[in-house]
Amino acid sequence: MSWLNKLLPPKIKREQGAQRRANLPEGLWSKCPSCEAVLYATDLDNNLQVCPKCGHHNRLRARQRLDLLLDPEGRFEIGAEVVPVDSLKFKDSKRYPERLMEAFEATDESDSLVVMQGAIKNLPVVVAAFEFEFMGGSMGSVLGERFVRGVQIAVESDQPFICITASGGARMQEGLFSLMQMAKTTAALTKLSEKDLPFISILTDPTMGGVSASFAFVGDVVIAEPKALIGFAGPRVIEQTVRETLPEGFQRSEFLLDKGAVDLIVDRREMRDKVAQLLALLQKLPAVA
Amino acid sequence: MKTSFLDFEQAIADLEAKIEELRFVQDDSAVDISEEIGRLEKKSAQLTKDIYGKLTPWQVAQVARHPQRPYSLDYISRIFTDFEELHGDRAFADDHAIVGGLARFNGQPVVVIGHQKGRDTKEKIFRNFGMPRPEGYRKALRLMRLAEKFDLPVMTFVDTPGAYPGIDAEERGQSEAIGRNLYVMAELKVPIIVTIIGEGGSGGALAIAVGDVVQMLQYSTYSVISPEGCASILWKSAEKAPEAAETMGITAARLKTLGLIDKIVNEPVGGAHRDHAVMAQSLHKALQEALRQVSGLTKAELLQTRYDRLMSYGRFKEQPVS
Repeated sequence: MSWLNKLLPPKIKREQGAQRRANLPEGLWSKCPSCEAVLYATDLDNNLQVCPKCGHHNRLRARQRLDLLLDPEGRFEIGAEVVPVDSLKFKDSKRYPERLMEAFEATDESDSLVVMQGAIKNLPVVVAAFEFEFMGGSMGSVLGERFVRGVQIAVESDQPFICITASGGARMQEGLFSLMQMAKTTAALTKLSEKDLPFISILTDPTMGGVSASFAFVGDVVIAEPKALIGFAGPRVIEQTVRETLPEGFQRSEFLLDKGAVDLIVDRREMRDKVAQLLALLQKLPAVA
Repeated sequence: MKTSFLDFEQAIADLEAKIEELRFVQDDSAVDISEEIGRLEKKSAQLTKDIYGKLTPWQVAQVARHPQRPYSLDYISRIFTDFEELHGDRAFADDHAIVGGLARFNGQPVVVIGHQKGRDTKEKIFRNFGMPRPEGYRKALRLMRLAEKFDLPVMTFVDTPGAYPGIDAEERGQSEAIGRNLYVMAELKVPIIVTIIGEGGSGGALAIAVGDVVQMLQYSTYSVISPEGCASILWKSAEKAPEAAETMGITAARLKTLGLIDKIVNEPVGGAHRDHAVMAQSLHKALQEALRQVSGLTKAELLQTRYDRLMSYGRFKEQPVS
């Protein structure tokens, strides 16, 4: 908290903990954005935020993702000590520190990536998960550094690395620094390969721009969640450029599978089993129960 | 070739028009007005120097996109000899927005790769305005691997508004193509010298811009998103592009200060488009210097230095976790 307070001039400081949107009780019922079925919130939670009627995958928070994948025991977080600075004094309609503060209040995260070392069904791994609610999961210097530290720890401890993406792309407020994170994150993965350690990339809704066009597709295995929007340029930009209507299902996981861009589509409810199985196969380990 | 003038150069354009007019009159005039012409020419040169001495980032972006600015092939033909263009990605097609091949630099064989824009409408379409599709990046990758196999340094020239945002490009894996290049350039076992010669537009630029020396021409730009794109997202209005250009930090001078590039190659007064030959000479010297810098290193040193440099990108701070 303290670093954020220092970052902000006093006049825009907020009352501490006045309202944390994330902590407000959710409504009891919610409507599926895909099939419009009215769902009991608890049912949705119990079903990992997958619509029981149509299988639509709602977005998840970074820590929910990690909980879903990792064994509960023996986790520790990597890179939480790395926090953002406003190196360009960036200001659009809002100042960058202000946007950071808002994102922090909304998510309780200090940036858009959470990295943890742990195990999946007793197979040791390092997992990085994007927090889309933090400035659209945008990739800036902190994300890049946390990613690299995660990869380095994976390399040092001879463990595979997994990344679950959910991002609109690069963080414009960090200018060229954010572009360079594409090169930095991807370069770190070469060290993982040198030790023949697997990198599994899990693409979730949405994975776009600079994140999509850097490490996301260099995974040894690239997995997508059903119907996730995945691509380089946003659909609106493409539509404006080519001036034609985009084909049905364009840039969705199933489209990518059809075009040969991803290895497989995995339902979230089977993700943990599938990832464990793939890890065991790639590392020539006995089958996981 | 007649110079075309940008909006902020109107005063220079007026002077030049006047000089032109006087020259025309002088031809069939008994009075000697050459002194007057000389005086105006001097004034025009001084004015150009003044205007270019204090360009705003947005004005620099205009110069970087100047229709007469030298493109990759202009530099290749002036700086290199024995250029043999090599085509195609061996999988789908030959992308004309990226050119590359074998050439000699001061007699030494190298691989050159560059974005290529078109000069007239027909050529612009042929070059897709310098916006590559996946096959362009894959051709570049193939040429880099070729360089590695035969132990030749790679020199790249960056000049693109960005990778092409089209349906076909997405279908063939634009993201994968760019990401793959970033990965391979991080571990390519030969020196890579990168020069941003015009527009360094986002991931589409970076996909051939990871290297051991990264230099920018004085009035080129390098940014994570175009000023117009940034403005329309953050300000909801593309007209705020000048502000976006200012705050993002897209010019060579700013990026040098931020430690993101190594060197600025000066342009002739009034920009590279005023004198292609002089610009090419300066670039030739800069490339020579860059090549000398990296050729002393062993392969291991080269790769370690490149890796360390990549890892050093980013500004953040560290504090105890509460």
